[in-house]
Amino acid sequence: MSMWGKRQDEPAPKPVTIPKPVPVAPTPTEVKEVKKEATPLTSNIPLGKMEPDTQRGSATIGKAVKIVGQIYSREDLYVDGDVEGTIELMEHKLTIGPNGKVQAAIKAREVVALGTIQGNVEASDRLDIRKDAKLVGDIRTARIVIEDGAYFKGSIDIVKPEPAKQASKGQPAQASAAGSGAPLNTSEAKR
Amino acid sequence: MGAGGSLAEKIRSLFRAPRASGETVPVSRTAPPAGRHLSLRGGEKETVTSRQSRGLEQFFGYIRDQAGLTILDLGGASQANVNFITNLGHKLYSVDFLRSMEETFGSEDATDQSNPGQIEYFLRQNLDYPDESFDGVLVWDALEYMAPALLAATVERLHRITRPKSYLLAFFHSDERVAAVPHYGFRIQDFNAMQVAEYGSRRPAQLFNNRSLEKLFQRFESVKFFLTREHLREVIVKR
Repeated sequence: MSMWGKRQDEPAPKPVTIPKPVPVAPTPTEVKEVKKEATPLTSNIPLGKMEPDTQRGSATIGKAVKIVGQIYSREDLYVDGDVEGTIELMEHKLTIGPNGKVQAAIKAREVVALGTIQGNVEASDRLDIRKDAKLVGDIRTARIVIEDGAYFKGSIDIVKPEPAKQASKGQPAQASAAGSGAPLNTSEAKR
Repeated sequence: MGAGGSLAEKIRSLFRAPRASGETVPVSRTAPPAGRHLSLRGGEKETVTSRQSRGLEQFFGYIRDQAGLTILDLGGASQANVNFITNLGHKLYSVDFLRSMEETFGSEDATDQSNPGQIEYFLRQNLDYPDESFDGVLVWDALEYMAPALLAATVERLHRITRPKSYLLAFFHSDERVAAVPHYGFRIQDFNAMQVAEYGSRRPAQLFNNRSLEKLFQRFESVKFFLTREHLREVIVKR
């Protein structure tokens, strides 16, 4: 009986920690130039406001944000804005939203494209090019899904997990980026 | 016994694939049955037909036993084609030729494909590869929608970027009097079978007969024709 009363009078044994809202993405993202700041970089965007493919816990670059530089992320990333440079999410998933315009070399475990990508894409697990997406660049991936209506220009290199035959007769790989219209590398190569 | 045998033979004959252009085409064990159905592609109605293809059979006859080849597909990326070719161990390059033509030269009605600057731009955008890069090219029916100047430049470029002894597979309508031809998408199903998806019709820039096709590919080593029931001429061109 006294036990219950005692507990009510006593102060809480441990201080309660209230998590602070994080105003910027917690990922080690290098932002060299942010031209628009209407939408902040954040991991805490309410799910209801995101596109259907956005998953809980992923960082988001909103549609009014433009980033020029290199992005490294240790969590999933949803890009609905403009990115120029490189994006690396080695063990994570990158989703380019329907408003996303990415002019970058991409490395990720999984890439889902609903918007526009110009640049080479390396998806160690899977690449998904949705109906209205546009991808111009060379692809290296283990699995690829291309919906009808998607636009793709470039090369597809399926990299199997197990060692496959490497009896290549000499591909136009050195010039593949230029040949397939990957603009980032094309412009660099021609300078 | 004899009666039973003849009945079984009749039943078997009901399930045999139809013959294309009067020739017997062996049916692959894995080939789907010929058929026709409707489906939707991005809200657009399409009619899909499965059929045998001697041209495809010939094309893959040359590349199926090798791996690590480099194949160029000018029909745009489709899941079926990507899967089939990459599963053979080849590297696939994909270009949506017709879409790129529309982007470069305008829509079908405003087509002006004779401007040398635009032709050069088109080739740079779509076929800017080093000489002798490819072991095979799936051209499908893209050449049919090209005006003479663009067509000649494209065929010349295809000759340049393909390796000697490589093959091109191209389709041309065999009816020389039509104003519009069905617009197709081609999806490989097997070494000798494909799905043909029809999305309305398009106006061809030129129509060809065997003689004009031989002239078009005169720089190549050989040209072989197969006529299909759909009035398509399947053409295998050897570099």
